Amino acid sequence: MGSRSSHAARIPDGDSIRRETGFSQASLLRLYHRFRALDRNKKGYLSRMDLQQIGALAVNPLGDRIIDSFFPDGSLQVDFPGFVRVMAHFRPVDDEDAALRDPKEPEPLNSRMNKLRFAFQLYDLDRDGKISRLEMLQVLRLMVGVQVTEEQLESIADRTVQEADEDGDGAVSFLEFAKSLEKMDVERKMSIRILK
Amino acid sequence: MEGAELAGKILSTWLTLVLGLILLPSAFGVSLGISEIYMKILVKTLEWATIRIEKGVPKESVLKNSAPVGIIQRDESPMEKGLSGLRGRDFELSDVFYFSKKGLEAIVEDEVTQRFSSEELVSWNLLTRTNVNFHYISLRLTMVWGLGVIVRYCVLLPLRVALAFIGITLLVMGTTLVGQLPDSSLKNWLSELVHLTCCRICVRALSGTIHYHNKQYRPQRGGICVANHTSPIDVLILTTDGCYAMVGQVHGGLMGIIQRAMVKACPHVWFERSEMKDRHLVTKRLKEHIADRKKLPILIFPEGTCINNTSVMMFKKGSFEIGGTIHPVAIKYNPQFGDAFWNSSKYNMVSYLLRIMTSWAIVCDVWYMPPMTREEGEDAVQFANRVRSAIAVQGGLTELPWDGGLKRAKVKDTFREEQQKNYSKMIVGNGSLNSESD
Repeated sequence: MGSRSSHAARIPDGDSIRRETGFSQASLLRLYHRFRALDRNKKGYLSRMDLQQIGALAVNPLGDRIIDSFFPDGSLQVDFPGFVRVMAHFRPVDDEDAALRDPKEPEPLNSRMNKLRFAFQLYDLDRDGKISRLEMLQVLRLMVGVQVTEEQLESIADRTVQEADEDGDGAVSFLEFAKSLEKMDVERKMSIRILK
Repeated sequence: MEGAELAGKILSTWLTLVLGLILLPSAFGVSLGISEIYMKILVKTLEWATIRIEKGVPKESVLKNSAPVGIIQRDESPMEKGLSGLRGRDFELSDVFYFSKKGLEAIVEDEVTQRFSSEELVSWNLLTRTNVNFHYISLRLTMVWGLGVIVRYCVLLPLRVALAFIGITLLVMGTTLVGQLPDSSLKNWLSELVHLTCCRICVRALSGTIHYHNKQYRPQRGGICVANHTSPIDVLILTTDGCYAMVGQVHGGLMGIIQRAMVKACPHVWFERSEMKDRHLVTKRLKEHIADRKKLPILIFPEGTCINNTSVMMFKKGSFEIGGTIHPVAIKYNPQFGDAFWNSSKYNMVSYLLRIMTSWAIVCDVWYMPPMTREEGEDAVQFANRVRSAIAVQGGLTELPWDGGLKRAKVKDTFREEQQKNYSKMIVGNGSLNSESD
């Protein structure tokens, strides 16, 4: 990548991003270089197209939804802090984080709840706080493509919503979602460890 | 006046030296051993530098691993394991975890994008441009680095630029002159001589040290030579050891002049950009070329774009549909002495050449491989993959199924469908059984 120095001071707002996301200096630097590499035209921000050009992401069945999570509220650009905020959801949970944490401060981005929230918003397209049967169907359709018939998919969606829905409103709220996954090792499944 | 005289004398002595020590031996294909001595000194200096750096750096902050390991800890288990282990289980709400994790992993690091940036070195080679994470270690090291800068920019660069200039001018003039002759074996012999001499001069202009292995498999006339592509210098490296007919687009500028000159002396196959899109036209012209046994072997880079020499990407099947014998060649550069990779989105040709000319040297290995032909029942894509594997194994490169053109275009939907198929098999394969028991 040409010559580059290792000063984190070059990252704009580096310190505040580090505090907010909890990434180490080295990891943040890695992510910054990655951001710059993805930003092909050196615009200073990423557009949807920059992310779509990653081959392994474009073939991911949920690729588009994942890209959407970087562009909340209909925005068309994501800058480095926004990029890192999303990545922070996948930061592995360190035990010392929990010990040192000040209970008055807001939950860290990589807490179990926030990881679950990230997964939830992959389903909940209209952001109404509930996964309706239709939204469930849509995600299922993304994951299976054309391989499964409509009836089979509907029965799977119905069963899933039924199992998770406790208050009988025909949709899965975030709390119901979290409850149905309480035995799941979310911390491990939704974590990406950046090596030094 | 005296100053001008003195300058004139220095220039003429310098030119005579260049002529005697570099140009004449190139014409005869003889080496005087000067570059070998230079390389020996260089290797010793770099070894010394590496030892100093390792002594100076504490053990904890040891240098990053090189590219193949990657920067994130990957769980490469197949989809079944990643989706909680059981085959033929039902859809779970948590299935999105697997795909979202894979997606985010791809955003942090994907195997394709990293191939379009230069390989990271394990130890510093005293060039500013590869200075990634190195802090000040010692005064001596900095002095050697400073000396290196002076040597590279003030001594080597002017020499190399002069040589390159001489080489290209000779090539253009020589091929134009030879082009005037009527077609005969004399013309072919002369054109080969001109090509080889100028290529050798140009290689010395880059301080290139090339090792050719298995010369007995050198591509023959009427065949197609196929190699992995790292930079425009690949062409130079291959043509120093034999003449080829080149295939490619007509460029403007300096490249265009060279192309037009070369085609006068011996038949190369140049296409306009618009013609390149017409695959049948391209295939037809190439077929005609190899059918003529007297013509030189064609040189093709099926990847279509420059990759950073750590991997081989998808070979476009067009070259493998022409028929004929394929002679694979693997080219591997040693990045320690100079990075030959051309990152065309980052550097244009001129700044790329300047970077090359201010590196220490270009060191590479070229392996000629036994010829391959398409077998019965093998289609062009399978044949292309077979050749690609052979080249990757020989050169010690990893193989990637991706298209090098990914840096410009979108990926095909078929790859996504494969993932969807795998997933569907899992949840619906036994889905009907489970829904009955509900």
